Amino acid sequence: MADSYVTADGRTIGPVVMEMKNITLRFGGVEAIKDISFDIREGEIRAIIGPNGAGKSSMLNVISGFYVPQEGEVWYKGARRPAMKPFEVAQQGIARTFQNIALFEGMSVLDNVMTGRLTHMKTGLFAQSLWKGKAEAEEIANREVAEKIIDFLEIQAIRKTPVARLPYGLKKRVELARALAAEPSILLLDEPMAGMNVEEKEDMSRFILDVNDEFGTTIALIEHDMGVVMDLSDRVVVMDYGKKIGDGTPSEVRNNQAVIDAYLGVAHD
Amino acid sequence: MATPLTRADGPQSVPALLHRNAVKFADAPAYREKEYGIWQSWTWSQTRDEVEALALGLLEMGINEGDFVAIIGRNRPYLYWAMMAAEMAGAVPVPLYQDANAEEMAYVMNHCGARFAIVGDQEQVDKILEVQDQLPEFQQMIYLDPRGLRKYDHTALTQYSAVQDMGRANRDKNIKELEARQAKLNYDSTGVMLYTSGTTGKPKGVVLSNRNIIETAKSSSEFDDLRQTDDILAYLPMAWVGDFIFSVGQALWTGFCTNCPESADTMHVDLREIGPTYYFAPPRVFETQLTNVMIRMEDASRMKKWLFDTFMALARRVGPAILDGKNVSQWDRFKYKLGEAFVYGPLKNTLGFSRVRVGYTAGEAIGPEIFDFYRSLGINLKQLYGQTEATVFITAQPDGEVRSDTVGVTCPGVELRIAENGEVFYRSPGVFVEYYKNPESTADTKDAEGWVATGDAGFIEEGSGHLRIIDRAKDVGQMADGSLFAPKYVENKLKFFPNILEAVVFGNGKEQCTAFINIDLTAVGNWAERNNIGYASYQELAQHPQVLEQVQSHVEEVNASVAQDAMLSGCQIHRFVVLHKELDADDGELTRTRKVRRRIIEEKYADIIAALYDGSPQVSTETEVTYEDGRKGSIKATLSVRDAKVVPVTASKLAAE
Repeated sequence: MADSYVTADGRTIGPVVMEMKNITLRFGGVEAIKDISFDIREGEIRAIIGPNGAGKSSMLNVISGFYVPQEGEVWYKGARRPAMKPFEVAQQGIARTFQNIALFEGMSVLDNVMTGRLTHMKTGLFAQSLWKGKAEAEEIANREVAEKIIDFLEIQAIRKTPVARLPYGLKKRVELARALAAEPSILLLDEPMAGMNVEEKEDMSRFILDVNDEFGTTIALIEHDMGVVMDLSDRVVVMDYGKKIGDGTPSEVRNNQAVIDAYLGVAHD
Repeated sequence: MATPLTRADGPQSVPALLHRNAVKFADAPAYREKEYGIWQSWTWSQTRDEVEALALGLLEMGINEGDFVAIIGRNRPYLYWAMMAAEMAGAVPVPLYQDANAEEMAYVMNHCGARFAIVGDQEQVDKILEVQDQLPEFQQMIYLDPRGLRKYDHTALTQYSAVQDMGRANRDKNIKELEARQAKLNYDSTGVMLYTSGTTGKPKGVVLSNRNIIETAKSSSEFDDLRQTDDILAYLPMAWVGDFIFSVGQALWTGFCTNCPESADTMHVDLREIGPTYYFAPPRVFETQLTNVMIRMEDASRMKKWLFDTFMALARRVGPAILDGKNVSQWDRFKYKLGEAFVYGPLKNTLGFSRVRVGYTAGEAIGPEIFDFYRSLGINLKQLYGQTEATVFITAQPDGEVRSDTVGVTCPGVELRIAENGEVFYRSPGVFVEYYKNPESTADTKDAEGWVATGDAGFIEEGSGHLRIIDRAKDVGQMADGSLFAPKYVENKLKFFPNILEAVVFGNGKEQCTAFINIDLTAVGNWAERNNIGYASYQELAQHPQVLEQVQSHVEEVNASVAQDAMLSGCQIHRFVVLHKELDADDGELTRTRKVRRRIIEEKYADIIAALYDGSPQVSTETEVTYEDGRKGSIKATLSVRDAKVVPVTASKLAAE
C-alpha cells in the first residue's frame, strides 16, 4: 500500500497520506455517514461524489475536524488523529474551501488571502501591533507568499477590491487563494464549481490541475458536475444515503452498477 | 565599452545607445514592471547587463547574423530586452501581435524564416508548437513564464533565465564575438522588422533601419521636449510601430523609464500608480475612459453630479484656452482653479493623468467632444499622424496649436506633398527601407525619390498649414449623382456617440448612403440597467425598440451635421441596421488594430446590405462566428431595418464633375 506510482500524464502519486477507517457519524437518530472507509494518497486528486444528501459535505467536515465521528478512526500521516478542533487540523496542513463561500466580505482580496497565512505567523499580538523587527519581516515574507498565489490564480486586478463587490465566480477563486495561502498538504474543496458557468468551470478546473501539478498539493473535492469530476480526479468515492457504494478510478466508477442506479434511479418494487 | 561603438556623430545603433545609457544614466531607472504587487525596476546599467547576458546566451545557442527572431507576448521588460539582445547578436527582432492566431503567426514566421522565437508564456508556446511543422527554418523557442510548461519536451524549448545563465557562464568565450558583431552595426543595418496589420491582403514586413529608428526618436523627442526623467506606460501591442518607437526608440534616445503593467486587466490601476508624464493611447482608450466616467457620474449623488456638471461646463468653455495660454478673464481663471481643486484634479488622478505633460492620440479620428473633454481638464492631449512605413511620425500638433479636426504640422525633417487625387505623400529620414521579400509592394508605395504614398486622402489647410485627413484614399468614392462619398468621415461622427461602438457606412456608387451600427455594450447595458430593461443577450439588447430609437436619433443628429458640410452632404444616412454581433478581428471583420475591413464585411453581410437598399422593414440572417479558441459557430437573427430622417440639401452639388 505504501508504494507510489506514476499516472498516465506523468504525475507521481505517493503513498496513502490519510485514511478513514469505518467512519460513522450520527446527528441524533440520523446516520449521516454509515461505516465508510477510504484513503487519500499523496499528490492525487480524490473526488467524493453522490446525489444530494448522500453525506459528502459531512464527510469533508469529518476530514477537516469540524465533526467528530461517533465511530471509526481518522489516520493522518501514519498516525491516528485524536479528536481535534478545526484550527488544530488546519495547523496540521489541511485547508479547505466552503460550499457557500465563507470569505470576509468587507475585507480586500489581499487581506482575505493573508488570513490564510495565519497558521504560519509566529509573532505574538504585542509584536504585531508594534509592527517592528520580527513582526515586520514576517509580514513581508507572508505577503510574498500571498502575492505569488494571487499571481498564480490571476487575480491581480482585484487585489485591493473588497470581496463583497466581486462576482460569484471570482469569490470562489479568492476562496481557493486563501486556502492555498496556508500552503496545505491536503486541500479540501467543497463544490468548487457549484453555480458557475461553463467558462468559469473551465478556468477553475485548470487552476485545480495547476495547483496539483505545480505545488504537488493533495486535493480532495466534492463536486456535482460529473463531467468535471471524471476529467479531474484520479480516484472517486461514490456515496449514497451515507453509504459508500463505489470507489475507484473514474472509468471503474462509471461502469459500477450501484453508481448508475444511484444516479439514474431504479424502480422500487 | 561604449567608445568603440560610438562614432563622432553619435551612437549608430540600438545597442550602441544602450551602452551609452548604461554609462550616462547608469543608476537611473530604465524599465519597471509590476510583479507580485510591487514595482520591480532595473537601472540602465542593469538593463545593459541583462540584455548582454541574453545576447551571449543566444550566441551560445547558435544565432547567426541576419537571423530573424520572433518576439511574442504582452509588454514586459524581458521582451524589450529580447529585441535589443537580438540586435546585439546581429539578428533582427520581429515582434508579433500576441493575440494573433496560430495561422497568422505561421504566415509571418514563415515569411521571414524566423529561426528563434522568444515568447511570454504557455499560450504562445502552444500556438507555435501547433504550427511548428509548417515552419521548416524554425529551431528554438525561449519562454519567460515557466507555468504549465514543466512537462513539455524541452529539446527545442529553453527558459529565458536559463539562456541568460548560459550566456553569463560562457561570457569569456563569446564576448569577443558579441562585441565584433555590435561593432559592425551602423545606421544602415536593420534595427527591427514590423509586420503591418494590413486592411487588405497579407501582412507585409516593414524593414526599419537604425537610421529610421534613431533619427525619428531624436527629432520627435526634441519636438516634444521629452526628458530623461519622463515615465511612460507600455501597454499597447509590442508588434505595433508606436510601441517600439516609444518604449525602445525614444526610451533609448532620451533615457526615460518604460513601465510595464502587471497584466492587461490591471492597466488602469497601474496607470494610476505610475502617473506617466508622456502618454499615448488610441482614441478608443480615451473613449472608453470617458464612457466609464460618465457612467459612474450617472450613479453619483445629486450634489456630486451638480458639482461635476457645473465645473465641466466651465472647463469646456475656458479649459482649452487656458491650456493654450490664450486670454482668459481673471474671474474665469479663479473659477477654473476652484474646479481644479474640486473636480479636475481628483478626476485626473483617478484617470492616472495627473502628471501627463505630453499626451498623444492617433490611429483613428477622435471625437471632438472626447478630445475637448480631456483638454478642458488641462491634459495636454494632442494628435499625431503616422504610419509604420514612416517609423510613426509624419505630422504632429505643436503645443498651442491643437485642434480635434487636424493632425498637425509636419514633424521635423518630414516633407509633405498632396497628389492630384488628394492622396498624401511624404518623405523623411524615417522612411522605411523596404517591405521584406516584396519588391513590388515596395515599388508601389515608395518611389525612386523616396516619396511614400500614405493611402490616405487629405489636404493642407490654408493659413494654419495643418494637415487634415478625410479618409482612406481607396475608400473615398462617388455617389451615383457624382457627389463625394467619404464613409469614414460619417462613421467617425457616429462613433463619437458613447452608445455606438462601431459603424460602417455604405454608398459608393449608390443613390443613398446606408449604415451598419454596433452598439457599445458597456454604455447601452448600463442604460438598460438603470431603466429596468431586461435582456438576455447582446443580440436582444441590440434589437430592443428603445435602443433602436436612440440609435436613430443619433443617426439623425449626424445627418444634420453632415448636411452642413457642402462637400459631403450627400453622405447622409437614409437607412441603417443595428448589427446582432460585434464586429471582431477574430472573424476577420476588423484588423488587429481594430480598423474596419470593408470588403470582407460587404461580402459577409451581403444579405443585410441588400435589405438596406430594397426597402424591406426587416431581414433574417445567419452569421458565422469564430470563438477565441478558433472554434466556429453561427448566430441567427432577425434585424429591423430603419429609415432615418435626412436633411434636404438645397445647395447645388459641389461634386467633381
